[in-house]
Amino acid sequence: MSGRTYLGMPAFPQAARAATKDARLRANLRRATHTIRDKRARAVGELDDWALLREAGRRIKDHTLRHLDTYLIQLEERVTAAGGTVHWAADAAEANRIVAELVRATGESEVVKVKSMATQEIGLNEALAAEGITAYETDLAELIVQLGDDLPSHILVPAIHRNREEIRAIFAAKMAEWGRPAPEGLTDRPADLAEAARLHLREKFLRAKVAVSGANFMIAETGTLVVVESEGNGRMCLTLPETLISVVGIEKILPTWQDLEVFLQLLPRSSTAERMNPYTTMWTGTTPGDGPRDFHLVLLDNGRTDTLADEVGRQVLRCIRCSACLNVCPVYERAGGHAYGSPYPGPIGAVLTPQLRGTTSEVDASLPFASSLCGACYEVCPVAIDIPEVLVHLREQVAAQPGHGAERAAMRGATWLFDHPAALAAAERAASATRALHPRTLPFGPAKAWTDSRDLPQLPAEPFRTWWKQHRTTRQEPTP
Amino acid sequence: MRVALFATCVNDAVLPRAAIATVRLLERLGVAVDFPEQQSCCGQPQYNTGYRRMTEALVRRMARVFEGYDYLVAPSGSCVAMVRENYPRVGAKARAEGRGEELAVAAASLAPRVLELTEFLVDVLGATDVGAYFPHSVTYHPSCHGLRVLGLGARPLALLRAVRGLELVELPGAEECCGFGGTFAVKNPDVSAAMGADKVAAARSTGAEVLCGADNSCLLHLDGMMRREKVPLRAVHLAEILASTEAEPWSVA
Repeated sequence: MSGRTYLGMPAFPQAARAATKDARLRANLRRATHTIRDKRARAVGELDDWALLREAGRRIKDHTLRHLDTYLIQLEERVTAAGGTVHWAADAAEANRIVAELVRATGESEVVKVKSMATQEIGLNEALAAEGITAYETDLAELIVQLGDDLPSHILVPAIHRNREEIRAIFAAKMAEWGRPAPEGLTDRPADLAEAARLHLREKFLRAKVAVSGANFMIAETGTLVVVESEGNGRMCLTLPETLISVVGIEKILPTWQDLEVFLQLLPRSSTAERMNPYTTMWTGTTPGDGPRDFHLVLLDNGRTDTLADEVGRQVLRCIRCSACLNVCPVYERAGGHAYGSPYPGPIGAVLTPQLRGTTSEVDASLPFASSLCGACYEVCPVAIDIPEVLVHLREQVAAQPGHGAERAAMRGATWLFDHPAALAAAERAASATRALHPRTLPFGPAKAWTDSRDLPQLPAEPFRTWWKQHRTTRQEPTP
Repeated sequence: MRVALFATCVNDAVLPRAAIATVRLLERLGVAVDFPEQQSCCGQPQYNTGYRRMTEALVRRMARVFEGYDYLVAPSGSCVAMVRENYPRVGAKARAEGRGEELAVAAASLAPRVLELTEFLVDVLGATDVGAYFPHSVTYHPSCHGLRVLGLGARPLALLRAVRGLELVELPGAEECCGFGGTFAVKNPDVSAAMGADKVAAARSTGAEVLCGADNSCLLHLDGMMRREKVPLRAVHLAEILASTEAEPWSVA
């Protein structure tokens, strides 16, 4: 039923090339990102203390990361004291194994899922399927992706690449394979599509004995987990089943209950452009007669400790997965989410994935370069992650890997020329003197990449420095 | 006040008109601008492509060449952003790598003195009306580094609005990147071109004769696309417009 994974994805430029040629995808993405981008700007513009909130968010996260060891232990104590069980997973395989064993111990072979980036990151659904356990996505967009045998392309709106007619077709064709079929004569009216999903999911909520979730926040001082959502499907999963298993990255901690005040303002306005999200579910361990009677928290590292060790890269762990950076990114808007080769697309994916997975695969090594460094992402980030700074930092790591010999040599040559102005001036004069012979297009290499869509500029009759010598005199010339 | 022109390598080698215009404009405003000839490139292409260590020689060169000047004025937002934002990072990393204070000192000396042209005009000279004349309709693209890193804000538009004869037309989606991005333009040519095509379409929709910018590398990319597609719009650097007067009007040649 589901099989598509991110394994073996091509490098970003190749995947993006196909996306730029897909007119329907471009139209879907443009409409969706511009709509939410404008709404976010209005929602943020309402608050005159946004800059202070953003700074508070940044500081709380930085403080937490600096003392993460302490807060993790505190969280474990509080969750355990409240009746939960804490598991530690060093990597994706360990987390998947823990979850599969916990599900098997219940005797169940199916789980309902709350939308969760951490479980996408570790490929939990595929791992459970290999153990004979079916995971049902219950977030509307994740449902569309799952039914369509597709991959998510956005953090908040995983089916952003689909329009409503495509969604209607997926529901009509695939719901029956997974449970209750779509109603006869389903239209592409949003209300009809939502009703079809409601009917399809309701039977799963009422049947499921086990739920799997992530969490937006974990409060160390109380052991409370927090999920914010729009649909209420998450709350169904978090309250109805007997067993709840939450897989959460270790960076999701906030020290105190009061810290939530900052993030419950930053997150909805940045994410869905709402003043407040419709559903905020919080739970602390287990409560007799109320909600799941078994609660397991799987704390996931999976590259986060290594990321924390990087002085520039660690700021990425502040991320609260709001996706504001995706919605303003001109590259994401044209390349789409799939080109990023991971569940974390867009600018944040380009700085998070290479840190979590390394830069050995072709796509991961290409991600730090998937940006024009325009800075729109940094501007909207509610926790002030300087994404361009991290991108350039990661480019340095990639450029030091094998396979960059020609580029390194070219850069070194240019640097030498720029550090020898007499040679530079001679080269400029020679280039200008021969300008009539220069072609407008070139057949290979970076020059071809330029001239495929742009003319080369005609060089001037003389460089600026020649004009200066002829018309002006340098007054002060410090020693070179 | 000792003022040096930091022409930038792209303007020097490829688009000298912007640098010449900057000299003429500043001289018209009574500034005795100097051009230390040992200058070259700020190192932005190397730095942004992942070759930070190679930029170090250029950081040292910049510090030597521009020593003693009160201001370095550059008609390029991204080169100014490189010096102001990234030179201190080059210095801090060199220090963290145990290679001494030299680069950090060089960066700290340069960063406060380097100004983008519109910053120098508005903040130092206090001028928004520079006495320019440019009888054309113009739309303005605020390049990303000027807009978001330097925070040029209203300065370029205030300068343009004061130009006699100039009709300023608002560019839809002005704050969106044009897709140049240095080596991004060749490492991700399809996305870069898609962004450029949208920017050109937006500029074209204004009906303006001239697409103005304050960063010639972005204009190089956009002009290359407009020439390829035979779009009847000219890319002109802001300095050229501000340098243009009734006595010495801007001309194509």
